[in-house]
Amino acid sequence: MIGDIIKYSLIFILLILFQGLILNNIEMGGYINPYLYVLFILILPFQTPKWLSLVLGFILGLSIDIFTSTIGMHTSATIFMAFARTYLLAIIRPRDGYDFNTTPNLQQMGGTWFLIYSSILVFLHHLFLFFVESFKFSQFFDTLGRAILSTIFTITMVFIVQLFNFKNKNRV
Amino acid sequence: MRNLIRFLSKNSVVFIFLFLEFIAFVLLVKNNNYQNSKILNSSNFLVGNLYTTINDVDEYFNLKEINAELAQQNAQLQSTNIKSFTKIFANTIEINDTTYAQKYIYTAAKVINNSTNERENYITLDKGAINGIKAGMGVVSAKGVIGTVKNVSKNFSSVMSVLHEKNAVSAKIKKSGYIGALTWELGNYKIAQLNDIPNHVKLHKGDTIVTSGYSLIYPEGVVIGWINDFSLPEGNNFYNINIALAVDYKKLSHVFVVKTLKKEEQQQLEHQSKTNNK
Repeated sequence: MIGDIIKYSLIFILLILFQGLILNNIEMGGYINPYLYVLFILILPFQTPKWLSLVLGFILGLSIDIFTSTIGMHTSATIFMAFARTYLLAIIRPRDGYDFNTTPNLQQMGGTWFLIYSSILVFLHHLFLFFVESFKFSQFFDTLGRAILSTIFTITMVFIVQLFNFKNKNRV
Repeated sequence: MRNLIRFLSKNSVVFIFLFLEFIAFVLLVKNNNYQNSKILNSSNFLVGNLYTTINDVDEYFNLKEINAELAQQNAQLQSTNIKSFTKIFANTIEINDTTYAQKYIYTAAKVINNSTNERENYITLDKGAINGIKAGMGVVSAKGVIGTVKNVSKNFSSVMSVLHEKNAVSAKIKKSGYIGALTWELGNYKIAQLNDIPNHVKLHKGDTIVTSGYSLIYPEGVVIGWINDFSLPEGNNFYNINIALAVDYKKLSHVFVVKTLKKEEQQQLEHQSKTNNK
């Protein structure tokens, strides 16, 4: 339990620094931004209390917002994602439920399950984020396009990080 | 009462969600107000210091270009120095009098964080309140206009870039003197739009656009860019003009914060005239 807390705190700090200092400076065509920090919400253990994942989403979003001077934008999107996650986990639950002590990752849950799980959540997050950012529906398809393209990039990065995880565990 | 408690506890997650989302939106809306949220932005101390450290490393890679830019600027200043002028008419005598009064004061600052890919881009500078920087001052570089100071902390300041959807710069066509408003939309960080130029004005591709100086933020005549292309939609009284920006906003390093002296006096007078008329 204590080990988990330390592990997730480290992941939290690493993801925020990686996002704030490196990924925020990456852009493709002035249009696409990968937001890898949502990985933190994705890999929270199944047993995480629902209220805790919401609060963690709040803190995570706020930390990213402080880096980008956009207070509230990432925060609202990340809370929404954490909220959606609590319902999504119930909807796509395997027939015999989740094993105790498992976390949602590529290795334990399999590629298809993880792809569905992560793409739905990442897409919801990005859609919410980009609409909060533009704060209007007049450029609907423009914003939708941004969300879809950025989702593809973020998911690709999420999978790359997960594959690193995979190898390490197999070797041990 | 018991039913109410049961209802609340059953839906507690929804309520926590709504509560947190409410906080987030209050923060979001508050932050959109001009000069608000002084604590939680990138000029805050911790993140600002982190950016300074990163930038110190980053700067080494750009030293060559920065040196060239500064050298060019030095040459420019040297050529305006009084010592580089000779008297044409020997019978005139130079008298130091009070004909000239200083209008602008420049403070050199370094860009330590910058973005070009948001709808609302901000730049962080390494100078703050202790260097005399205040919200509302203009920021320019040797090449052109950069933005307006939005928030100031003790050691850092956050600048609303020209690449910000809500930032409109008062601009002027240098040749004809017509005034318009410069705006920018997400997409291309090299192109901005000039609005409010009436259809009887003659435009040419490549015409220089400079600041008007009317807003009291930037000095008059700072280069903004050049007309890239323009069109006149049918039935419209105003041109659609695209401006190729003079500054490469992805490669900012040294900039100047401009303090306009006697700004308050002018604003007060203008305000007085307006209120007197009513």
